[in-house]
Amino acid sequence: MKALHNFLKNNVKPTFEEGGKLEKLWPVYDGFETFLFVPAHPAESGGAHIRDGIDLKRTMNTVIIALIPTLLFGMWNIGYQHYLALGMDASFMEEFIFGAIKVLPMVVVSYGVGLGVEFLFCVIKGHQINEGYLVTGMLIPLIMPVDLPLWMLGLSAAFAVVIGKEVFGGTGMNIFNPALIARAFAFFAYPAYMSGDSVWINTSVQEGQAVVDGFSGATILGQLATTGTTSYSAMDAFIGTIPGSVGETSIIMILIGAAVLIYTGIGSWRIILSALAGGAAMGLIFNAVAPYAITEVQQQFMAVPYWQQLIVGGFAFGIVFMATDPVSGARTNTGKWIYGFLIGFLAIMIRVFNPAYPEGVMLAILFMNTMAPLVDHYVLQANIKRRQKRTLKTAEA
Amino acid sequence: MSDVKKIKRGVDIKLVGEADKEFAPDKTVKTIAIKPIDFNGSRLKPVVKEGDEVKAGTPLLYSKDSEQVKFCSTVSGEVAQVVRGAKRRLLEIRVLADSETEYVDFGAADPNTLEKEAVIEKMAASGCWPFLKQRPYNVVADPEKIPKAIFISGFDSAPLAPDMSLLLEGQEKEFQAGINALKKLTDGEIHLGLSAREAPSPVLANAEGVTINKYDGPHPAGVVGVQIAQVSPINRGETVWTINPEHVVIIGRLFLEGKFDARIRINVTGSEVNDRKYHNTIIGANVSNFIEGNITDGTNRVISGNVLTGTKIDDDGYLSMFERQVTVLPEGDEPELFGWLIPKTDKFSISRTLPSWVQRKFGDKKYELDTNTNGERRAFVVSGEYEQVFPFDIYPVQLLKAVITQDIERMEQLGIYEVVEEDMALCEVVCTSKMPVQSILRDGLDMMRKELG
Repeated sequence: MKALHNFLKNNVKPTFEEGGKLEKLWPVYDGFETFLFVPAHPAESGGAHIRDGIDLKRTMNTVIIALIPTLLFGMWNIGYQHYLALGMDASFMEEFIFGAIKVLPMVVVSYGVGLGVEFLFCVIKGHQINEGYLVTGMLIPLIMPVDLPLWMLGLSAAFAVVIGKEVFGGTGMNIFNPALIARAFAFFAYPAYMSGDSVWINTSVQEGQAVVDGFSGATILGQLATTGTTSYSAMDAFIGTIPGSVGETSIIMILIGAAVLIYTGIGSWRIILSALAGGAAMGLIFNAVAPYAITEVQQQFMAVPYWQQLIVGGFAFGIVFMATDPVSGARTNTGKWIYGFLIGFLAIMIRVFNPAYPEGVMLAILFMNTMAPLVDHYVLQANIKRRQKRTLKTAEA
Repeated sequence: MSDVKKIKRGVDIKLVGEADKEFAPDKTVKTIAIKPIDFNGSRLKPVVKEGDEVKAGTPLLYSKDSEQVKFCSTVSGEVAQVVRGAKRRLLEIRVLADSETEYVDFGAADPNTLEKEAVIEKMAASGCWPFLKQRPYNVVADPEKIPKAIFISGFDSAPLAPDMSLLLEGQEKEFQAGINALKKLTDGEIHLGLSAREAPSPVLANAEGVTINKYDGPHPAGVVGVQIAQVSPINRGETVWTINPEHVVIIGRLFLEGKFDARIRINVTGSEVNDRKYHNTIIGANVSNFIEGNITDGTNRVISGNVLTGTKIDDDGYLSMFERQVTVLPEGDEPELFGWLIPKTDKFSISRTLPSWVQRKFGDKKYELDTNTNGERRAFVVSGEYEQVFPFDIYPVQLLKAVITQDIERMEQLGIYEVVEEDMALCEVVCTSKMPVQSILRDGLDMMRKELG
């Protein structure tokens, strides 16, 4: 370890330092060195002399660990859905490998393009490379349909890094969740590849294979929005053997991820819990008013038991992994309750009222990202008012 | 008895290197130094030059803003050196100590019979005045002002902090005399905070003329700012003074014996100290007395004070005015391969991303921490982190952002008057983004003071 560090320090580092041949690429070198080694930065001579063992890299890494169950399940489910659609028997490994072949390139493209753009920005601006994209790069493939062409995925990732993050000043400064920016970009730029019945399950056929009769690739929400009923059971949705974006289908795996985030303290339990409450509240309202809806389809959609609303679509994935993004979300603890509740509430509302956007949670989170500073503003104002009142009271006494 | 106030937010960081509860044999102090840097925001002017003979209580410096306030030598001897840094900034005035201390005679007096002005004059002339710190801003108290109350924290909850009972043992009379003098300075009360977790020093518990409040909770329960926030938070326009109990004793001696007798007791702690004991010493003493030949080999950091708020000093540096502890830690100057990835058990974290959390929760894990920051500085990313260790009705990150953006009005609105650096020390420890919280806050306080006076 020491030898490696010395080698870097003596043989590689000078090339990138000021006056070296590749001094312009310093941020890239620095990024790699700090990836390998936590630097030997002792604390300043004044101030706290001991520091928490956590840093942003570990924080981001914890989120990635929390995402791994959904990624692995997503890979298997892609294969499972594929062979199901073709009416073929396949072993668990065959299904998993098929899915992995589809999903891994998405991950590679997402990281490759995203980090590439990020490196470029850092080199141009002479900034240090931040860890923010480590999570974004994993989230992007998980919230896309499997059949999205890779170049669209790459373009979305690039858009997310540039418009979603770098224009605001990098990690910590962005207004919107960058991964959702990528999804929103793809959704509005290439709607045919991001919604409908044919994108969620890979139905590529080789010679001698064919899709089974009566196959429909629609998601549960797609079915509900068009017919008011679904062919999947709640158990299917809970386990995750349903069509959908790569990582969003399995509630079990998302719950494992949520447990990791909440246990480690990285994800805000306040947001997750209040978003669940908000979604349930909207679901209950719909249940109550379902008979008054105009069309029959809508009546049936509204009558879906409120708890089932919470386990279908990207709702669970969104509130666990996207709403909890600390940068784009509310930053005060009180604000988090409000922020989370409204995300849940709006997500279910959008999905039911506007069948064109079955993925209500994406728009709900992006909308609440915009509103988060406002929520925090009022929380802070309450604190400020309390302080002013106290001052006035003592002045009078 | 008084009711107990619960402090919920905070954390006790247990470190290896606690001092044994016994005193080391006394060593004569050979040199002392008074460091202007200990007094935030004071413009100090030296009144001695190298070679001058001084007694304990002879002024070395005075404050340009309040000329009656003197900063005096704690020993008798010869001014050895006036140390200046870049731009001739005054760093230290060092005094070579005689073997026998001679004191300037300020005359004994019963503070109860003195007028307020006489008390102030005596304290200011003798070097006792700078012990009083003023909030807002954490600066030397202004004798022209009348504080709404004076706060004393009777226990220290910082990592490896000394036991107040040992520091004050047998000084009942002096402490009481000091309290009597302080009572003259405020129309309000003198609040004394005691720990509900341990038996308080009888010196403190039996003091008269003070309002005793008890606090139960982890660090920063013993930080005086937290106690102020619990009892009566500072409002705009109000002034509160704070003082350490050991300094109350020194003020007491001034009134009982008429001399500036700045002897104190400290403990010497930290994983890198071989023989960890309490010591009888004097304010400003050279720390080589305690650590020479007494620390492990390798690169160490000597801290005057505790690991949260102390100052790094040289091996032969001097004890800061307000400190009652010397801590020696290993310097964290080794790079660590994949240090951000490996679930290490030897690092502290408030989050549960490291296994040490389990050891802390379900065992009596003591950490042997070094001074590495364990990561690089970043923008604010994580939220809700400071709030876990910051027991104030203040939004800490938003306050710091107001400082960073130099928004005076917002700093005021968000409660900058209520806090000083040490109140936010734990925020700095737990920060994922490795923000220099205390120095940011100091900048903010300086900015406010300059702007509003």
